[in-house]
Amino acid sequence: MNMNYLLCGVGGQGTVLAAKVLAAAAIARGEDVKTTETIGMAQRGGSVTSYVRTGFNIHSPIIPLGTADVIIGFEPGEAVRNLSYLKEGGTVIVSSKSVMPVTAALTDSTYNGDEMVDYLRKNIKNVIVVDTEKLCGICGSDKVMNVILLGAAISSGAVEISYEETKTALLSRLKPKLHEMNIKALELGMKG
Amino acid sequence: MTKQLVMGNEAIAFGAIRAGVRMVAGYPGTPSTEVLETVAKNNPGNIHVEWSINEKAAMEVGAGAAYAGKRTLVTMKQVGLNVASDPLMSLNYVGVKGGMVILVADDPGPISSQTEQDTRHYAKFAKMMVFDPSSPAEAYEMIQDAFEYSEKYGKPVFMRPTTRICHGYQTIELPEIPGGKPEDMPEKKSDGFVKDSEKWVIFPRLSYKNHILLEKMLVDIAEDFGDYRFNEVTGTGKKGIITGGVSYEYVKEVLGDRDDVKVFKVATANPFPEKPALEFLKGLDSVLAVEELDPVLEREITYVCGKHGIAVEVFGKLTGSMVNAGENSADKVAESIAEFLGEDNSVQMRSGIKKEVCGGGEAAELRETAKMPEIPSRPPVLCPGCPHRGAFYAVKLAMKGKKTRYCGDIGCYTLGNAMPLDMVDTCLCMGAGLTMAQGLYHAEPDARCFGFIGDSTFFASGMTGVVNAVYNQADITVVLLDNSTTAMTGHQPHPGTGKTMMGDVVNCVDPEMILRGMGVKTVVTADPLDMRNSVEIVKKVAEEKGVKAIIFKSPCIAVSKPSKPEIIDSAKCINCKKCIKELGCPAIVLREGKAYIEKSLCFGCSVCESVCPVGAISKSGGEAK
Ligand SMILES: Cc1ncc(C[n+]2csc(CCOP(=O)(O)OP(=O)(O)O)c2C)c(N)n1
Ligand code: SF4
Ligand code: SF4
Repeated sequence: MNMNYLLCGVGGQGTVLAAKVLAAAAIARGEDVKTTETIGMAQRGGSVTSYVRTGFNIHSPIIPLGTADVIIGFEPGEAVRNLSYLKEGGTVIVSSKSVMPVTAALTDSTYNGDEMVDYLRKNIKNVIVVDTEKLCGICGSDKVMNVILLGAAISSGAVEISYEETKTALLSRLKPKLHEMNIKALELGMKG
Repeated sequence: MTKQLVMGNEAIAFGAIRAGVRMVAGYPGTPSTEVLETVAKNNPGNIHVEWSINEKAAMEVGAGAAYAGKRTLVTMKQVGLNVASDPLMSLNYVGVKGGMVILVADDPGPISSQTEQDTRHYAKFAKMMVFDPSSPAEAYEMIQDAFEYSEKYGKPVFMRPTTRICHGYQTIELPEIPGGKPEDMPEKKSDGFVKDSEKWVIFPRLSYKNHILLEKMLVDIAEDFGDYRFNEVTGTGKKGIITGGVSYEYVKEVLGDRDDVKVFKVATANPFPEKPALEFLKGLDSVLAVEELDPVLEREITYVCGKHGIAVEVFGKLTGSMVNAGENSADKVAESIAEFLGEDNSVQMRSGIKKEVCGGGEAAELRETAKMPEIPSRPPVLCPGCPHRGAFYAVKLAMKGKKTRYCGDIGCYTLGNAMPLDMVDTCLCMGAGLTMAQGLYHAEPDARCFGFIGDSTFFASGMTGVVNAVYNQADITVVLLDNSTTAMTGHQPHPGTGKTMMGDVVNCVDPEMILRGMGVKTVVTADPLDMRNSVEIVKKVAEEKGVKAIIFKSPCIAVSKPSKPEIIDSAKCINCKKCIKELGCPAIVLREGKAYIEKSLCFGCSVCESVCPVGAISKSGGEAK
């Protein structure tokens, strides 16, 4: 079945690796894939979005509005920003940890993401909020947030990819010394 | 063969290697950069690959190799072609011997460019062939065709992908070694460069003669392109869509399996293939042109209608049926097609893009029912620990209260314009900062005029500006922000780094010697992370008459190692928030109303230490990030 995944967050959070893993698992099954990113000048702390489309006869590299099966939000505000891509009945998997934009800090903003999480909980039927701060703490690194979110996505059933497929695709992209920590992160993410 | 997920730019590079390219020269620029990088990474050993100092240099290096019969690829972003336009215009009159493809990446949006210019106009202007791929898979094939056409006609050709092709990934069947093995691509026999001043030396008389030949050749090529494999007409009916590039994929997304609309996909916008155009127009009563940037196909098809007296109405950007700025999307195209077909968006229903969701679906309803909370905007900013921050801040402190003009330039340091630094008054194009500062000085001699320029930009187009200032007696301060890399475009080496794309380590070209050699008497090098010293240096140097230079030398964080993070002693902190409001470092955040340094983000540059009025910021005992 054709699937559209949208991954969004802030530059440096590892959205691109997560997108690559989703794509690789689909390719391993023999499907076609198109992916693209909007990064702009965004490595420098801006918003980033990755679009992953799997299946057959895929045309537009960007997901049309209202057709994403799953949104994986690495930051609650960014998940809300991209909601117009979600299809009717689609699933949102979101990290509860907010990232304060520099511009917001300058204006004494009190933004902490809670409002965004509440909003998602109230208004989207299928939403899974992941306490990535806690789970990253258990793994001992902030770098595994992407893998934790992938884990949550797999166990939600909304993503057409199995644990084994994800693990294979993930480990082939990481140095051996990082394997143990990432498997742990994936499994923690699945347990939620 | 295996199915691999490759980026459009990689596909283009693999195609070029497969086509037996022997010379690749370019200058970095988003979204074109990865083409040259991919060739360098996969170099079978017989390709000369170089980052030239700018696009004009790349074009000329490429021309030399092509005159000697080598297959040549030159890469740049669209504005780079403005820089290379001088050699370009003459080159097509002269022609080439080895196939020469000039890869110019356009950037609808624009997503990371100064303009939304359309390289198809350059193709028309320079009277050249242009190939527009609609997907990475097609780009892989098309660049190989482009070399063939170039050699067939003895002329350079354009390949013009756009951002969504360059940076889009697609699964493509490729050989294990994507470019192929060297033995798969034996070099064509060539007798190299053959002296012939009637051919290789451009003169007015020769140009007149060649102009006549060129015009005739364009007619032949247009005829030839009529059968080109990627120009295609499909579908039936009275309504037709003319399109090309990634917009073709949007049209396909919207139409799905429908066959009752004619579609003309144009892969070669210049010279325009008239034969398939006439086939397309047959039986139509109206046409919609779906393209990005300028209405090039729209004007071409209108011309063909006029020329042949065909009564077909043409809609597009010129009639307000399509937006004329920004990039296309499946959604925008769906809306325009629905209107064109008079189907009130039903077209989207049939193809799976449901009408109600096109405008936002569940979320759109939500926006009306439950008010969406306000999402903070997230513009790009200088990285934590970026040396540019220290440099700008030092100049800002040193010049406090003085009348100043700060001419910026293009690179990461353009971000010095953002609050709270607010240190960029102008930014125009690469190299313009130093020269505009001179204009401002001559207009307002009482202002202290600064030109900020990055190291890569200095080599690309800053040096001539310095000579101009020295010669014409301008009173300006050149601030060279030397971070040992071309950061903005993804950290490419340049002459100051001593590394080449062939993997060689060579002598670094030293900007200080260049500046002195050009006649700048005062050239001071400073560490921008040493705030006190930097401020003193700026104060002193800026007071001198004439052209003087400060080189702020400290590497970009992407090419250096972090040191131990700083920590704010909450017992000492008086909560003035000065560190946040003066520097705008993303690592300093507000936590429960107090300034706090996020350890995982801090690079340990220590610039914030000097900002704190009570000395509450110091090195932690912790590990570097
Ligand atoms: C004519 C032209 N060519 C290329 C580019 C792409 N480009 C943008 S910034 C830049 C160079 C930035 O390097 P540098 O001056 O060293 O500054 P840094 O980003 O390292 O701060 C380039 C090549 C451009 N904008 N214009
Ligand atoms: S990439 Fe380098 S030069 Fe660019 S903002 Fe970051 S630290 Fe500064
Ligand atoms: S918090 Fe201070 S030391 Fe750390 S990166 Fe920012 S300015 Fe530099």
